[in-house]
Amino acid sequence: MGRLAPCLGVLAVLGVTVVATLGALLLTAPAGWSDVVHDVYLRRVVAFTFWQASLSTLVSVGLALPVARALARRERFPGRDWLLRLLGLPLVVPTIVAVFGIVAIYGQNGLLNRLAGAVGLGPGQYLYGLPGILIAHAFFNLPLAIRLLLPVWQSVPGESWRLAAQLGMSGGQVWRLVEWPLVRHAVAQAAGLVFMLCFTSFAVVLTLGGGPAATTIEVAIYQALRFDFDLARAGLLALLQVVCCLGIAAAVQAMGRPQWVEPGAGRAHARPDLGGRVTQVLDYTCIALVAVATLLPIGAVLSAGLAGPVFAVLGDPRLWSSALLSLGIALSASTLAVLAAVALLIGSRELRVVRYREGLADAAELSGSAVLVIPPLVLGTGAFLLLRPLGDAFAWAPAIVIGVNALMGLPYAIRVLGPPMTRIASQHERLCASLGLRGFARLRLVEWPLLRAPLGLAAALCAALSTGDLGVIALFGSQDTTTLPLLLYQRLASYQMGEAAVTALVLLALSLGLFAALERAIGGRARA
Amino acid sequence: MLEVERATLRYPGMSLSFDLRVEAGECVAVIGPSGAGKSTLLALIAGFERPLTGRVRIAGEDVTDWPAARRPVTTLFQEHNLFAHLDAAANVGLGIHPGLRLGAADKARVEAALEQVGLGGFATRLPATLSGGQRQRVALARALVRHRPVLLLDEPFAALGPAQRREMLALVDTLRRAESLTTLLVSHHPQDAALAAERTAFVSGGGILAIGPTPEVLSGRARPELTAYLGEVEA
Repeated sequence: MGRLAPCLGVLAVLGVTVVATLGALLLTAPAGWSDVVHDVYLRRVVAFTFWQASLSTLVSVGLALPVARALARRERFPGRDWLLRLLGLPLVVPTIVAVFGIVAIYGQNGLLNRLAGAVGLGPGQYLYGLPGILIAHAFFNLPLAIRLLLPVWQSVPGESWRLAAQLGMSGGQVWRLVEWPLVRHAVAQAAGLVFMLCFTSFAVVLTLGGGPAATTIEVAIYQALRFDFDLARAGLLALLQVVCCLGIAAAVQAMGRPQWVEPGAGRAHARPDLGGRVTQVLDYTCIALVAVATLLPIGAVLSAGLAGPVFAVLGDPRLWSSALLSLGIALSASTLAVLAAVALLIGSRELRVVRYREGLADAAELSGSAVLVIPPLVLGTGAFLLLRPLGDAFAWAPAIVIGVNALMGLPYAIRVLGPPMTRIASQHERLCASLGLRGFARLRLVEWPLLRAPLGLAAALCAALSTGDLGVIALFGSQDTTTLPLLLYQRLASYQMGEAAVTALVLLALSLGLFAALERAIGGRARA
Repeated sequence: MLEVERATLRYPGMSLSFDLRVEAGECVAVIGPSGAGKSTLLALIAGFERPLTGRVRIAGEDVTDWPAARRPVTTLFQEHNLFAHLDAAANVGLGIHPGLRLGAADKARVEAALEQVGLGGFATRLPATLSGGQRQRVALARALVRHRPVLLLDEPFAALGPAQRREMLALVDTLRRAESLTTLLVSHHPQDAALAAERTAFVSGGGILAIGPTPEVLSGRARPELTAYLGEVEA
């Protein structure tokens, strides 16, 4: 029982959070769903939310497929490892910083339009609205989808390539008969995840969307609370969001798990379809385009930041107070998320490895990720409604932001820590039991050396996500409580572009620096 | 006839050199410790590896520079011989057309080949629903429809139990004689060689150290390495 107690504790906290949030929303939202159907504005918002998420998914996953295939086919070229690391970067680049970079490249006065002007073309299309949202979502989710798809190719057994070579399959036949049947499950799963992320995306739509024509449910909640102060409407929108997310999550679950592939004999085998000049040029073009598209906005943040009024911004005490608040929130949220993940996983691996209750173990791990179904702004709305009777809800801002950020980080922490923790249990549980290795001794001799690298990664990831988060803080932020992303948003909104550029650079440095520092400090030098 | 003539290869920390002649329709067993180069010898013949020097000839043709698909060779691996998402008939059909464009006559051939390996009625089964032995039978059926005169068996029965292994070897023996297939059989079990091969080659340290009639080689007196590999030989 001892090993299940922390897990049950975390599950109880999650349960209470969910129930309290939904309860508060149900009590506040006006009764009767007929309002939703008849309200033209609401219908429009819901339709746009689905539309932009569908297009974003199509663009991100559709482009990820050829790039992942190109990367899988070209296993050796200079800079490949470096490129794969670059593709991990958008996950830890704060959304609002990336938006700044995207505007600097694709915006009205961006690099592309200036280049177009230099060669005599008129200014390009307007970035704000759907195009901007799609570009920003692709910036984040294209690399994510590539990283989700790439491992599938590594699971193709070497014998299959030899077989394909012996049977004389052409490139097209290899794709149709070997690759696609394996990849399509991963494509469906990646599409589900990307759709969910884009459906609930907030900061991108807040900054790049515009007007009622390009507003998502998440942003509508924010506007209802922050500008109209229409609690009933906010509650209704939040419930609507939860219902939609539940539907999407159910659809993703229904797609099932990808079929399990045994790893092949291990040795790498050359694929039979790499020879042609044309395929070679196409592959490297795909790879180069993704590298450039990922690097450009980040490069723009660096160059604009260094060219901005660096000393004026660095001398502003508001920058430092908000940076300090961001740092404190990030460290607290990351600690909470990692502790909760470890507690959950100690329970789930006990269920899985020692008690052979796979179903319960899966359920425990899934409930940690189920928070994704209730997006941050919905949680924030719930917290706002619950705390309002107690007085000034804004006074609770830091605590709420920490809590919501910890919940946001929890699925990532579970994903990073789950496989190694389960592996330790399945490999060493019996040996530990027979040697009488328990408690602190086991922690010091077995768990810590094997887990410090994933622990470092999980903590770093959660901290970076929290540092860059512009979500709940937009609801609760005030003159006294401003995080760095919120400060950057305010400067962008008031068109202080120089100050915004430097702030973006500082935020980027804080996020990446915190990531690297935590990963190194906890994970140690020899990373897994 | 299959000839490997002073074919050399180099891996980090190891260099290999092979010299081998196999008569048409003959079965030669290849035994030896792991990592000695048995599978590499087969990969050379199949065209998965190219030698640095030396030649590979099949039926008088120099195939050294031919791509794998053009060589008159079929390989059976220890596992992953089938595509897990295709049913038995489709896996066999790939041997007729690598894009699975099959006419009625082709489908009849697939059915007949499955019949021949004792899997009549299994056409629509997915590999996951077949036993290990049945999966290798499907791969053998594909070898039959391909009509390639050289059959390379890279420990395809290693994961099977003793009874099933003997059964599969008997099947291979029957098919080889019926189709007069030139066969190389890599195995860890000297008994396999005794059951199915006229001659046996002992591979160790990247070369063939001994080759001769199977009973002679298995008596283990040709080389000290062979004696060490075989250990106590049962009579």
